[in-house]
Amino acid sequence: MYVAVKGGERAIDNAHGWLAEERRGDPGVAELSLDQIREQLALSVARVMGEGSLYDPDLAALALKQARGDLIEAVFLIRAYRTTLPRFGASLPVDTGEMAIDRRVSATFKDLPGGQILGPTFDYTHRLLDFKLAADGGTPDAAAEAAPDPAPVPHVMEFLDREGLIEAAPDRGEAPRDLTREPLELPADRALRLQALARADEGFTLGLAYSTQRGYARNHAFVGELRIGTVAVEMEIPELGFAIEIGEVTLTECETVNQFKGSKTEPPQFTRGYGLVFGQSERKAIAMALVDRALRWEELGEDNVGAPAQDMEFVLSHGDNIQATGFLEHIKLPHYVDFQSELELIRKLRREAELRIAQEAAE
Amino acid sequence: MTANIAQRKSWMSTLARAPHDRLNGLCASALGAALDGVLGGGAATWLRAAEIGTVMVRGRTGGTGDAFNLGEMTVTRASVKLPGGAVGHGYVQGRSKRAAENAALVDALMQTSAAATVAAAIITPLRDEHSAKAAKRAAKAAATKVDFFTMVRGEDA
Repeated sequence: MYVAVKGGERAIDNAHGWLAEERRGDPGVAELSLDQIREQLALSVARVMGEGSLYDPDLAALALKQARGDLIEAVFLIRAYRTTLPRFGASLPVDTGEMAIDRRVSATFKDLPGGQILGPTFDYTHRLLDFKLAADGGTPDAAAEAAPDPAPVPHVMEFLDREGLIEAAPDRGEAPRDLTREPLELPADRALRLQALARADEGFTLGLAYSTQRGYARNHAFVGELRIGTVAVEMEIPELGFAIEIGEVTLTECETVNQFKGSKTEPPQFTRGYGLVFGQSERKAIAMALVDRALRWEELGEDNVGAPAQDMEFVLSHGDNIQATGFLEHIKLPHYVDFQSELELIRKLRREAELRIAQEAAE
Repeated sequence: MTANIAQRKSWMSTLARAPHDRLNGLCASALGAALDGVLGGGAATWLRAAEIGTVMVRGRTGGTGDAFNLGEMTVTRASVKLPGGAVGHGYVQGRSKRAAENAALVDALMQTSAAATVAAAIITPLRDEHSAKAAKRAAKAAATKVDFFTMVRGEDA
């Protein structure tokens, strides 16, 4: 039990004053601007937007600065800010097939319409520290350009879908439930699970996804397609009676193709896992797709092998890093009364034990 | 959809995704004269003061299936009425009340005799700059497209 205590105001004020000073660091070093964070730490910004569940690069940069680079603290600040804003409505579902592509790769088809586009990737770098970056400044040479192919870049899944070799993903036209508006009730449908996974902690999701690859609910995922780019967000405007674009967001989408030998109701075919996250964040998108697929065991008539990634209650209740850190870190707050009673109990048990030993020795 | 709605969708979308500084800069230099001509001594009435809020962005399962809630984005909106009766709605991505107000005024003016002037001074440059930026990114992406070639294998030789 947490018991409110009084006192310590001066200590708290001074602690926060010192925090501000430590946040700034050596005043002889130039202060970070939000523009610098947004432009040069873009993947941290992406993660804070994704797990903060609010797309606003400037706010994410501010949160990162305020949190001294602590990503989960920054996510916490974004989640708290979000609750102060009214919601105007929901967008039409974004069309990732119409994405302006920065990156698009498939591990299942080498030659595909639209081609393999590597984009600004860490892949194939040697992961050697680049000491040129430690030296001052310099603007890199402009990236190479080539004439883009104006043809559309269709989803890879469409090719398998044409042959009927992959399960369909039809739109049943249902309005999705929203876990920010109603408490998460289990079992959760897939739309609710995807919302939870999209904002779940990257590390937690990665660990669970990795566990499925190592054999805990193995489902043999291939990355059918990974794409990163910009999509327009459209919303119906009630006062107009039609939809307009209200902006554009960078997204990372991962579609996995998974082995499936069929069940009583489904023919042998490939099945799908899906990941979609704000910003450039492919590790999270791939991990999300693997966990999404593992959670679908019941719907696909697979065995529950008791793997953590198959356990909806386990996954959905522990993936949110703000809930997790809130509960974890509260144990550092004063629990003096709780602890006093525990201390009394231990002392009492000790006395009883000592008394018993003394009695046995006397007999 | 009528041609008018299609055109209005297009300019409202251009305003929504414009960088705030650029939109506000263009409006600072071009909006005043256009407004003076249309207001004719009257004043614009704010039907909805600028407000910052969010929109829940939705995705689709598997890219094509059921909708799900991905996360929110920040949006600022405002609505204005001109003395002649034109009502303008401004919706802009992010948090800028001035940008939302400017977008609303531009939307209203685009329904008046000032449309051609406002389009040339504000909408066209914003649209061209957005297209140029998108084309630049597409060109950089195209330069990273993989050209596969199959190595001749030993047993084939």
